Amino acid sequence: MHTVPFLTLLIVLPAAGALALGLLGLDRRVSADLCNAIGIGVSLVTLVIAVATMVAMKVSFGGYQLVSNHAYTGVSLGVRWFLGIDGISVFLVLLAGVLFPLALILGRDRANSRAYFAWILLLEAAVMGSFLSLDLIVFFFMFELTLVPSYFIIAGWGHDRRAYAAIKFFLYTFLGSAFLLVGILALAFIHQAQTHVLTFSLVALAQTHLASSTEILLFLAFTAAFAVKAPLFPFHTWSPDAYTEAPEEGSVILSGLLAKLGTYGIIRFDLNLFPHATHRLAPIFLTLAVIGILYGAIVACAQRDLKRLVTYSSLAQIGFIALGTFALSTQGLAGAVLLMLNHGLIVGALFILVGFIYQRRGTWQANELKGLQKSAPLMAGVFTVVMMASIGVPGLNGFVSEFLVLSGTFITHRWWAVVAVLGVIVAAIYLLWAYQQVFHGEPGADDAPTKDLVHLERLVMAPLLILIVFLGVYPKPVLDRINPSVNQLIAHVEHATGQAQPPVATQGVGGQR
Amino acid sequence: MNAALLATAVNSDKLAVPHIRYLSILPPMIMIGGAVLLLALASLVSRPLRVRVGTWGTVVTSGTALGIAIWQWTDVGDHGAHTYVAHAVVMDGFSVLITMLISAAMLVTALVADGYLNREGIEGSEFYVLAMVSASGAMLMGMANDLIIVFLGLEILSIALYVLTAFNHRRGASGEAALKYFLLGGFSSAIFVYGIALTYGATGSTNLTQIADFLAKNVLLTDGLLLAGVSLLLVGFGFKVAAVPFHMWTPDVYQGAPSPVTGFMAAVAKLGAFAALLRVLLSSFGVISSDWRPIIFGMAVLSLILGSVLALRQRDVKRMLAYSSINHAGFILLGVESARASGVSASLYYLFAYTFMTIGSFAIVTVLGREGDGDHDLTRYRGLARRQPVLALAFAILLLGQAGAPFTTGLWAKLQVVFAAISGGSVTLAVIAMVTAVIAGYFYLRVAVLMYAGGDDQARTQQEAVIAQPPAMISFASPEGVSANVTTINAELLMTGEAPAPFGEEVPSVVPVPGLTRVAIGLCVGVTVVFGIWPSPLVDFAHQASLLFLG
Repeated sequence: MHTVPFLTLLIVLPAAGALALGLLGLDRRVSADLCNAIGIGVSLVTLVIAVATMVAMKVSFGGYQLVSNHAYTGVSLGVRWFLGIDGISVFLVLLAGVLFPLALILGRDRANSRAYFAWILLLEAAVMGSFLSLDLIVFFFMFELTLVPSYFIIAGWGHDRRAYAAIKFFLYTFLGSAFLLVGILALAFIHQAQTHVLTFSLVALAQTHLASSTEILLFLAFTAAFAVKAPLFPFHTWSPDAYTEAPEEGSVILSGLLAKLGTYGIIRFDLNLFPHATHRLAPIFLTLAVIGILYGAIVACAQRDLKRLVTYSSLAQIGFIALGTFALSTQGLAGAVLLMLNHGLIVGALFILVGFIYQRRGTWQANELKGLQKSAPLMAGVFTVVMMASIGVPGLNGFVSEFLVLSGTFITHRWWAVVAVLGVIVAAIYLLWAYQQVFHGEPGADDAPTKDLVHLERLVMAPLLILIVFLGVYPKPVLDRINPSVNQLIAHVEHATGQAQPPVATQGVGGQR
Repeated sequence: MNAALLATAVNSDKLAVPHIRYLSILPPMIMIGGAVLLLALASLVSRPLRVRVGTWGTVVTSGTALGIAIWQWTDVGDHGAHTYVAHAVVMDGFSVLITMLISAAMLVTALVADGYLNREGIEGSEFYVLAMVSASGAMLMGMANDLIIVFLGLEILSIALYVLTAFNHRRGASGEAALKYFLLGGFSSAIFVYGIALTYGATGSTNLTQIADFLAKNVLLTDGLLLAGVSLLLVGFGFKVAAVPFHMWTPDVYQGAPSPVTGFMAAVAKLGAFAALLRVLLSSFGVISSDWRPIIFGMAVLSLILGSVLALRQRDVKRMLAYSSINHAGFILLGVESARASGVSASLYYLFAYTFMTIGSFAIVTVLGREGDGDHDLTRYRGLARRQPVLALAFAILLLGQAGAPFTTGLWAKLQVVFAAISGGSVTLAVIAMVTAVIAGYFYLRVAVLMYAGGDDQARTQQEAVIAQPPAMISFASPEGVSANVTTINAELLMTGEAPAPFGEEVPSVVPVPGLTRVAIGLCVGVTVVFGIWPSPLVDFAHQASLLFLG
């Protein structure tokens, strides 16, 4: 048995850091540098704990590990501090552990950086909590808690239209979670009526017997929140505004991690709690995913604004995650989980690079930029690698996950996979076009030479690049940890629905044959 | 009854004086006793009593009442819930919790009022005397086991509140608000009494237990009289808890009353009225719940929707909080509507959370109202975080709590009432409630963002014009009105950017926060956050209280 409460620490530590910075921020005598150092230090220690958590986990075990389960409210309400981690959540926790320190390092020069750091650390606690909670109410609290800091980050430090974007972001996602809360409470009530035990534990609630129509309604209530958060295709309209108007570090967190909360929620809660409904409604969501892939790619082609281009490409990638999830095959789901990690790294790197360009030139408009390659070759090189990963070039991480998603979908839902492949091609078009516009050609006469990446910026990009390459060349250690959990989840869905995937997919992936 | 009979009745030994267990009615007695003592003291000295004397007198009195309530709690725990004084009052977990909350609300209000009275230069102890009398009325409502006692409590509560509303006689708005409150309140009391009369006619008793017995043992073939009686009672209660459609007085009175009184009224009047409403409906009319549940359902839906939507358009913080309190009333009605023990416990918890959040919010509004208590425009909150970070943080926490942010008592409260509604089978109501919580979240955040994002530079002014303005997509009430609003506000904000502020020469300066008010605000924020992060004591407390509900 373990003695260190890793998972609780992952939540409490950033929250304590946020509280400390908040209190220090009230005293104007404390220097900003000290506050920055505390913030970055706390996030780095959190990263170390996240790595230790992964090391402490058993590799070939699919269930929840390092569980901590304590009473939180009294029995009258039945909420428990129930945390656990498995192959599906561990890499999202690691991703959060990596992206938050980077966001803090990049944001250290912002106005009123103490408050900014406090909000980001609070956001880290909430994100960690969302990925780790196995009690639905604690999950809901953490899921909701992400809204408050995100809102203040966008509204306080965003670009010109930040107030509008922040309100839109808040209202859309809050509305989605309103349905989630009602869904959670209704499910717990049905469970209570059947067993006379009031509990919000995911494990217990997964045993609830639900009538088919009830299950579909509950599934929709849950998915409303997750689809808005992700965002899936028709619920995405808040995201271009929020991602564009947020400060660059905010966009990294929003698209790299908060978006994953939505897709993670679908995998963790919808598949576990409502396997029947998921199976029955899968074709609808697969279709939405494919529409999202194509729509995101086509709209990205029409963008002249680099930040909006990345936003729409992110929408297409989220479509791939949803595609792999709703394919309900082991390969597809494993691909989706891996893609969540990969997309977090890639889109995070892209937003950071776009932020570098903005810092130097004060614009995101592709047609106002030209020939950056001449004066900033290193930046161009880094951009190339990240872009190739996003397109899905073999040898980089994007390829592995997209391949798994598409082949997993092909096994169970052939035609959706065929159409979705088009999205990969279009992605190559708009990314290469954007690259040509910005980096190729001769710099205009009035363009000042653009500064290349400086030390700290190289330091920020290095871990992302290393991970992008490593996961592309050798994804086995990651897949080895993802697969047991994915197999278990797919087995749960198949057991509940009585529908088995075609035998070709039942073999593990990534060297487990 | 002629005089001879009366004389014999008085002279005979058979005049039944009920046995009185004084513990059961001690807290309201202490409140009234404290008020009388303070009044006597004030009339004995030649000059008006210093404010501080009244403050400490009230703090000690309500502290004592709180202590007695804790004694009552252990007594109820040991001996169970019983009725006393000829079954007219009841001492159970429910009544004790309400008594505790009212004592605490009185205590915190006294701390806030101290700074207010000093600032406005109002001397004398009358404010505290009236407030304590009013609080004793609310306590009586919480422990009443007889409709007559409910009415008695209602009147003691209300009449003192009418006077308190008009307390700052230098403000015209105060007097206007008091007149409105008095006229409408008088009507609602009359309707309430008529409801008692009809109920008595239908059931033969005004005692809540006897009404319940009667309804359980008899089947009324024609129940028109009873239903009319219950409906009229609900009108009276609806007025006091400020539920739509009986809310008309709320915005004007909340805005016009002195700010500490508004906080006190919002908390204590709702506490007393909801306590009596819960007890009357669940212990007396529980049998006919299928008749009153649809009415409560309607009131809840209307309160939720109108409270949240109309609050969007308010530019005065006190009016906004008035509409938000209507929205809160809708949420508490969710627990009532479920007609079950878990609903009672949820409503109690909600009242607990609401009391502290609302008194704390109005304490901050009092402070920021500056001398004259007139500065309540939203624009005055811009950039508060830069000038007074602690005060802004406290207000942001209280507003987020009211919006139902996680890890505040606000979300636990909303969670429980919504769960009660779902348990009662009213899933529609639960969904409507959560959607209005989203709308409400918008206007709370609007204030929070004004405080934080609002800088001093002109470039940002336009930004806040957008923040301060509900986007057209959610204010479906009247699009034209909103767009008209936009232009006026933009013009005003441009003015503030370039010319001196519309309020004259004064540039927003740091507002002094009196020490006792700091304590009060700290208490409210502390309760909201600490019990939000560590919920089990309060949740269990409310649950215990509802288990010990004599119904």
